[in-house]
Amino acid sequence: MIITNIFIILLLPLLSFMIQLLLPKKIDKIKVYISSSIMLISLLTSLNALIKIYSASKMTLGDKLSFALTNSALSSIEFNWISLPDLKISFGIIADSMAVLMLFVVSLISLLVHIFSIEYMKGDKRFSRYFAYLGLFTFSMNGIVLSNNLFFTFVFWELVGVSSFLLIGFWYEKRSAGNAAKKAFLVNRIGDIGMFLGIMLIFLSCNSFSYKEITSVALLVNDNALMTLGGLLIFMGAIGKSAQLPLHIWLPDAMEGPTPVSALIHAATMVAAGVYMTLRIFPFLTLDALHVITAIGALTALTASLIATAQYDIKKVLAYSTVSQLGYMICAIGVGAYFAAFFHLITHAMFKACLFLSSGSVIHSMHHAQDHINDHSKDPQDIRNMGGLKDKLPITFYAMLISTLSLCGFPLFSGFLSKDSIVAGSLAYYHQFHGLSIIIPILIIFSALLTSFYMFRLIFLTFFGKPKDKSIYNHVEESSWLIKFPLVLLAFLSLANIFTFPNLNPFDYHGWFSTIISIPTTVIGYDMSLIKENIHHAHYQAMLFSILVAFGGLILAFIRYYLNSDILGIFNSSLAQKAKKVFANKFYIDELYEKMIINPYLDLTKKASFIDWNLYDQMFINFWGWITLKISKISAVLDYSFIDQFVVDGFARLTNKSGKELQSSQNGILQSYLLSAIIGLVVLIIIIQQLG
Amino acid sequence: MESNILSILTFLPLVGILAMFVAYMLKQDDYIYKYIALFTTFIQLVLTGWLYKNFDPNIILPADNVINPTKFVIQVPWIDNFNIQYFLGVDGLSMPLILLTSLLMFICILASWNINKYVFAYFSLFLLLDTGMMGVFLALDFFLFYIFWEIMLLPMYFLIGIWGGPQRKYAAIKFFLYTLFGSVFLLLGMISLYYYSGIDSFNLIELIKVTPFISAELWGYEIKYLIWLALFIGFAIKVPIFPFHTWLPLAHVEAPTSISVILAGVLLKMGTYGLLRISYPLLPSEVVSFSYTLAVLAVINIIWGATNAIAQKDLKKMVAYSSISHMGYVLLGMAAVVSIDPTGNQAGMNGAVMQMFNHGVITAMLFLLVGMIYDRSHHRWIVFPSDYKDKDLAGKLGFGGIANVMPVYSGFVMIAFFAGLGLPGLSGFISEAFCFIGGFSVFKLLTVIGTLGILLNAVYFLRAYQRMFWGDLDERNKDLSDITSLELVTIIPLTVLIIVLGVYPSPLIDMIQPAVQKIINIIQISL
Repeated sequence: MIITNIFIILLLPLLSFMIQLLLPKKIDKIKVYISSSIMLISLLTSLNALIKIYSASKMTLGDKLSFALTNSALSSIEFNWISLPDLKISFGIIADSMAVLMLFVVSLISLLVHIFSIEYMKGDKRFSRYFAYLGLFTFSMNGIVLSNNLFFTFVFWELVGVSSFLLIGFWYEKRSAGNAAKKAFLVNRIGDIGMFLGIMLIFLSCNSFSYKEITSVALLVNDNALMTLGGLLIFMGAIGKSAQLPLHIWLPDAMEGPTPVSALIHAATMVAAGVYMTLRIFPFLTLDALHVITAIGALTALTASLIATAQYDIKKVLAYSTVSQLGYMICAIGVGAYFAAFFHLITHAMFKACLFLSSGSVIHSMHHAQDHINDHSKDPQDIRNMGGLKDKLPITFYAMLISTLSLCGFPLFSGFLSKDSIVAGSLAYYHQFHGLSIIIPILIIFSALLTSFYMFRLIFLTFFGKPKDKSIYNHVEESSWLIKFPLVLLAFLSLANIFTFPNLNPFDYHGWFSTIISIPTTVIGYDMSLIKENIHHAHYQAMLFSILVAFGGLILAFIRYYLNSDILGIFNSSLAQKAKKVFANKFYIDELYEKMIINPYLDLTKKASFIDWNLYDQMFINFWGWITLKISKISAVLDYSFIDQFVVDGFARLTNKSGKELQSSQNGILQSYLLSAIIGLVVLIIIIQQLG
Repeated sequence: MESNILSILTFLPLVGILAMFVAYMLKQDDYIYKYIALFTTFIQLVLTGWLYKNFDPNIILPADNVINPTKFVIQVPWIDNFNIQYFLGVDGLSMPLILLTSLLMFICILASWNINKYVFAYFSLFLLLDTGMMGVFLALDFFLFYIFWEIMLLPMYFLIGIWGGPQRKYAAIKFFLYTLFGSVFLLLGMISLYYYSGIDSFNLIELIKVTPFISAELWGYEIKYLIWLALFIGFAIKVPIFPFHTWLPLAHVEAPTSISVILAGVLLKMGTYGLLRISYPLLPSEVVSFSYTLAVLAVINIIWGATNAIAQKDLKKMVAYSSISHMGYVLLGMAAVVSIDPTGNQAGMNGAVMQMFNHGVITAMLFLLVGMIYDRSHHRWIVFPSDYKDKDLAGKLGFGGIANVMPVYSGFVMIAFFAGLGLPGLSGFISEAFCFIGGFSVFKLLTVIGTLGILLNAVYFLRAYQRMFWGDLDERNKDLSDITSLELVTIIPLTVLIIVLGVYPSPLIDMIQPAVQKIINIIQISL
């Protein structure tokens, strides 16, 4: 029953895509409401499934076995897609609690983004195209969530990439938007090549694409080198999609797309697909692979949050924040904090979508104000042009404040619980491995400090202080409820108790969420019970650190950007300025790639083309033509001057000449003819006798 | 009907030519030739459809001359002195290509509707080409195969040389000589097979049974290996395999749209078809010893073709180089036949044959779309070259922002480009993926290099798309009209095929799988 519903949820957004694309333009206004209703139906259906799963888990609480049975009974649908004698690919749906919850989040944010966009995209000439792409995206995202095997994950993975490409480049008249779209697709493809190779490697050795079967084969075979390589190659896909180092460069550029798109795709769902997929492959990741994943995640978290401290574009700050938070999740998987990673994925989806939509609301209002005064010279996304907006945009302000508090991990908010779990995971990692592994919790905790700092920098610069541009400021006003409603709802969903219900203690993550999420028990990399124990021990320590750094960052930002003072003398030191320049330029990574890889390669293509055409074809191949021509000329000379003129005609001349010579014998005298005849006859007789 | 359908399919176009000739005698209007050609190819398409419907892929060609041969075979003596037979047959290897040929022929006739120069000659040559192609795919007698192979050459030469672009004569002669060069090797290989086989026969089905046992030597080399090489060169030029590929970009750039479609869509597949139909089953142990080289060449094709495509400023030349790259996938899949892992060899070989069909459809669509933009703006420069005749335009973007004036057209281009870069959900993906899976099961490192093609193909398609369709709209291009309904008729069938086979590839796989398996088994035995 649930499974059919879930299959419907998968296909509904595709229907929305078709409706937007195929129905006439005249009814654009109606079409968006149809699409939104479709998303609402998906949302309600997935909510229904979620409740069923929750009550199922309630009934069998404490009875893990029967829960697992219920769970596996849910996930038993397979469509045969390709069958060769020794190569079968099927599309199977996995409908465990993680998938259903994810489905719920995707539908929810997609619905809210639809509603938000009705207002935000009003008057755009490709209005219905926009909603079509949203539908395509939601469909593909649902596909990733539901697929039970690597092959179809990859299929939907690529489709998600395309919808992302189309939406980033939605305003394609802007050159920067086109470039960003292309960059996003190509950078992701680099990761995808790795993922594809990994899938092939694992498929050819385990003879299956299914997550479940691969895990059971891998547990049996226990080939560490192979599984490490395969796992890391597949993880490359997540490096691309979840914007981890060194492939994170596309995500900030992706902000060229419409802001609601950034909320849906480049904050809440698609970029989390990498994390989700890594969770799916987690059971067959080896410890070696997990160490690498931990390091990549932690480094990404730090790098991105450093860069975020020096950005002025409101969306760029949020984009780097997203990269950094994704680093948290990846790192959490690496250290074995499976639950924490998924928990953070979900809470992050809510508050980051809220942050992006809030920033969209700010940008929308700024834009309208600029329309009013008819002056578009100032960038409406630059926080240096804002300031003091809290009085003008109170609802947006409070929504953004709540989601910021949640992101920074302040108590009472959902981010506190999930981030705290990740910090605990990183501490547990140190407790398990000691030595150098202390770097991981340090990076994670320090990044949390930075997060709090750059987020409050954003809040203070945008909403507090004096307005930077009075004429724009005066015309800024809140937008309609189509924009405000999603903000309010998402801000509400960023509260801690939403996830702990029916437990009302906001410092304890236990609740419906922790009840339904089942952590895999037998995995290759870790002893999961040991991990659980370690995390449990590190819990209070982690909570202490989290709260300390959250307030620390807030206080630093307050001093620097609210009081505008530098009492500590750190912000204006020359070292800080130099560092700021490096951060503002994103560690020059883009430039490095351009210089080291892209430009040399483009030059190489030109050279290749020159070699292929001008040298190889025009010189070498045509040389043979030339040779043939020369030979044919020589042979023509031979043929005509020698064979024809000399030999053939020579014979003619000889005949001619001998004819002339013999002419004298044709003298008309009968006797001489007779003589010749007799001589001839005698010769003939002699010949015949000889032969006989 | 059943036994004659193959002959009808092959020679129907000749009947069309005859009808045209009658019309010519009666001094009819130019349009009559177009309608005759259209009607002929339409009938052919319907007949092919009927053939497909009644064709059972599980009944294979009469390998043992005993059990249950397919009903779609015709075998009669032709030139008795040399034991040459008129022997046509269809199996899962040729069926997709026959479908492809008749579909593309029909579409190409429609796409040639605006031809006004020597209409009679154009369409009759086109139909002659049709006979040649059908014959090649249906012939099961090597001699007959060779005849059809050569028949194609002549109309192609004239079609490029007369109706082509500014450098058409050079392109035509180059194409002709290149291909003729290959034909010489093919002929040598064929005659050697005839003599060394010991049965004095050109019958490809009979030859399978004896050729693996040829043991003669020539100049210190095994004769079988020499024959393999000769045939390989003959087929490689058609594919084209590096380093025999340089005729292709030129021929494509100069050929009129429909000819490019046929050239890339059908003619290139003859090379790989020839290898699979003739070289593979006849010389299995040579396939095994040559497979590594083949894989190397495949990867070179993929990377070199894509690298060159990135540098191209002419859209059509870019698509031409992309064909070289995409044919590399076919070769990689074919090389994987030696994989000892049955998953690997099945993926590779089925992927290769699928890719032949899918690439035929995708590239046909690409060339049709290129032709449409050329018809409108009379150039197809993505970027004008620096030595362009109009100095003001040199170095500038050829188009830019035309998605705004041609929204439907740009939508189709997007589908075609995405199909070209192997997007899941479109037909190219699964065949490319299979070729890679196959390749990876034997040639690990080579395939890893080859997968770079996944990225490089995306680079040039997306770059071209962005430069042409996105960005600011230039004054020059603001009057470009969107796609017409006739053009839609040519494009939509291909689009539908690309999407349907992308979502649901089973019909194609089920059609080819038994025949492909037969070839795999032959090769596997001699491993």
